[in-house]
Amino acid sequence: MSPALDWALNLGIVTITIAVVLCAVRLLRGPTMTDRVLALDTLYMNAVALIVLLGIRWNTALLFEGALLVAMLGFASTVALARYLSRGDVVE
Amino acid sequence: MSIWIEYLAAAVILVASFFLLVGAIGLARLPDFYMRLHAPTKASTLGVGGVLVASMLVAAGQGRPGIAELLITLFVFVTAPVSANLMAQAALHLRLPSTALPPEDAVVPERRAK
Repeated sequence: MSPALDWALNLGIVTITIAVVLCAVRLLRGPTMTDRVLALDTLYMNAVALIVLLGIRWNTALLFEGALLVAMLGFASTVALARYLSRGDVVE
Repeated sequence: MSIWIEYLAAAVILVASFFLLVGAIGLARLPDFYMRLHAPTKASTLGVGGVLVASMLVAAGQGRPGIAELLITLFVFVTAPVSANLMAQAALHLRLPSTALPPEDAVVPERRAK
């Protein structure tokens, strides 16, 4: 692995960690429930990006299936929470 | 050959993580839910897509097909607008207040012609 890629991976991981902290701030502060759902959805997105960056760094393809699982669970939970907020029930 | 692919992947990683940071700053700082919905849904789609493109570049540099990355990219690009639309529907259903002014040519119910 070239030093440029190593440096970019370090900087990217630090940047995405700052983004995760900002999402957690909105998740804890959020004045309404939809803000918290949105912050959770963004947290899932950032977690997928962080897992993919760690997969590049550790040079393993095993983590990509984990990232796919996190993306699918994030989508399912966002849909369920948004349906609960707008309909009052997840499955009619 | 491989070293230039890694340089390109490094540049894409920097741009993508910048977009993820911008989306999170918008989520934390903007004043109103609809603006906060706008910021991360676009920026983090581009950010996650960029990170996955960088991962596919590194995999191609090592001579390995990046099928799982392609699957994640397709899944994220399909599902991100759907979840944003559902959250906007929930916010409209809950009648969250918006700080934006109505557009100039908006039809306001009180001023409608009789």
